[in-house]
Amino acid sequence: MKLTNPRGAWTLFLREVRRFLKVKMQTIVTPALTAMLYLLIFRYAMGERQVPGLEVDYFTFLVPGLAMMAMMQNAFANTSSSMIMGKVMGMHIYLLMAPLSALEVVLAFLAAAVVRAVVVAVVFLAVLSPFVDVNLLHPGIILLYGVCASIMMGGLGLIAGMWAKDFDNIAMITNFVILPLTFLSGVFYSVKQLPEFWQQVNNANPFFYLTDGFRYGFLGIGDTDPYASIAIVLFATILTMCTCWYLWAIGWRMKE
Amino acid sequence: MSALEIRDLNKIYGNGNRALHDVSLSVPKGSFFALLGPNGAGKSTLINILADTVRPSSGSVHLLEHNLFTERAWCKRRIGVVPQEVAFDPFFTPREVLAFTAGLFGCKADYGWIDELLQRLELSAHVGKNTRQLSGGMRRRLLVAQALVHKPELVILDEPTAGVDVELRRRLWEFMRELNAAGTTILLTTHYLDEAEELCDHVAIIDQGTVVTAQPMRDLMQAVASSYLWMHYDKKLSLSDADGLALAAFKPRLNDEGVCLELGKQSDGQSTFHIAYEAAVSRFGPPLDAGVRSEDLEDVFLRLTQKDSQ
Repeated sequence: MKLTNPRGAWTLFLREVRRFLKVKMQTIVTPALTAMLYLLIFRYAMGERQVPGLEVDYFTFLVPGLAMMAMMQNAFANTSSSMIMGKVMGMHIYLLMAPLSALEVVLAFLAAAVVRAVVVAVVFLAVLSPFVDVNLLHPGIILLYGVCASIMMGGLGLIAGMWAKDFDNIAMITNFVILPLTFLSGVFYSVKQLPEFWQQVNNANPFFYLTDGFRYGFLGIGDTDPYASIAIVLFATILTMCTCWYLWAIGWRMKE
Repeated sequence: MSALEIRDLNKIYGNGNRALHDVSLSVPKGSFFALLGPNGAGKSTLINILADTVRPSSGSVHLLEHNLFTERAWCKRRIGVVPQEVAFDPFFTPREVLAFTAGLFGCKADYGWIDELLQRLELSAHVGKNTRQLSGGMRRRLLVAQALVHKPELVILDEPTAGVDVELRRRLWEFMRELNAAGTTILLTTHYLDEAEELCDHVAIIDQGTVVTAQPMRDLMQAVASSYLWMHYDKKLSLSDADGLALAAFKPRLNDEGVCLELGKQSDGQSTFHIAYEAAVSRFGPPLDAGVRSEDLEDVFLRLTQKDSQ
């Protein structure tokens, strides 16, 4: 693992950021709007109801979860769409031909995914701030969980993009893996509301810890101890990064 | 000094297809080198290995005496490749694409050079357009600009003029000649053999993954290309045994219609076309028209690749 071309890595990062900014309606406004629609629907469906086991109303409970869901989905979309589009349009060869190490490529892609995820979350929270108190009780926890989630999902998007041969492959992973895992990560419910069996299933979902920890950062409440989960989250993040680095280094599904 | 030194390069794809078989080539520094071969000969595989988009099975490649496979970053900064397939980034303008490409290769974007490239490749009028709005020919020229934007020492052009009109092709070659004269080594694959013959000072012909020949263009043409006398008649000729015997020294052959007689020089090289002409006239009478045609690179290419495939 080495950095041989920092300017190249910086350029790739800038390119990826500018790419999603060029289509900001699609990459920033739409995800924030979608999250707000969820919030609106649940707001009126659940009224002032409290979340069982947690002393907080449903509206307040949903806000950090939806922000995290938007972050995760957008981090995944940023890397996976860039990779598959590069493959389909033939642009990926410029990444292979450029004097970039695997570490530089992975860092640039993941950094851009983090930026997009953070921008989407900030826009979402900023728009909501007149209607709900957005407290940042534990900013360090928010930052740690937000960045780790974005890196993990960006990394999974990168791997999916390397694996996929066409847009259909990416849609399959997005719809059958990413969406269910993010929807079932405790965004809309507390795990305490679930029967015992489903609590165990939920505990096996890595995204659950990300959502729960992120929510703790805002509300100071959660289903798990966020400090105890940090080790799991950091381990999963580093594992994702190392997997990305290794797969890029060997040219997995990129070089014949 | 060689710009590229390729030794015993092999590539066997996962499906068992052997695309390159012990390919060894030396591309002199500063040369304009034609890499020719029929479709499926292995040219693109060789170029893709140089571009690091395909992994070799075995062998070695040195760029300016640096190992391409172990000193990748150093070598990649010095190679610019125009890929065969048109690729474009649909999010950016040509100017942005070039600035990003320069950056990826570790260079600070030199907008003076970028604008010169855009101007030389006749893209200046389209700098503000998104690449989606460019025509196929424009996108191909943008690929050429991308290959040059980091000022590489070796430029690899894989079919760069497919789909580019005649006038633009001529200007592109002028530009390449200038770069070559300034010291850039150029490796070109093309199916326009007349262009390769005119532009290149060295040539390698590759067929079925094997190098058939590799030498200076002039040496190849002197060694392999021959000339022949053609005589066009207003009647159909047939070469009887007696005719064949009388003209045997000139290796007579008739075209498919039987109205055009072709005669070569004697194998000892002593005869002239004047003697061949007189021999034919005494046999068949004066022709309607006659002339001498020298074989060009296309003839040599066909002869070498057909012989190889037989």
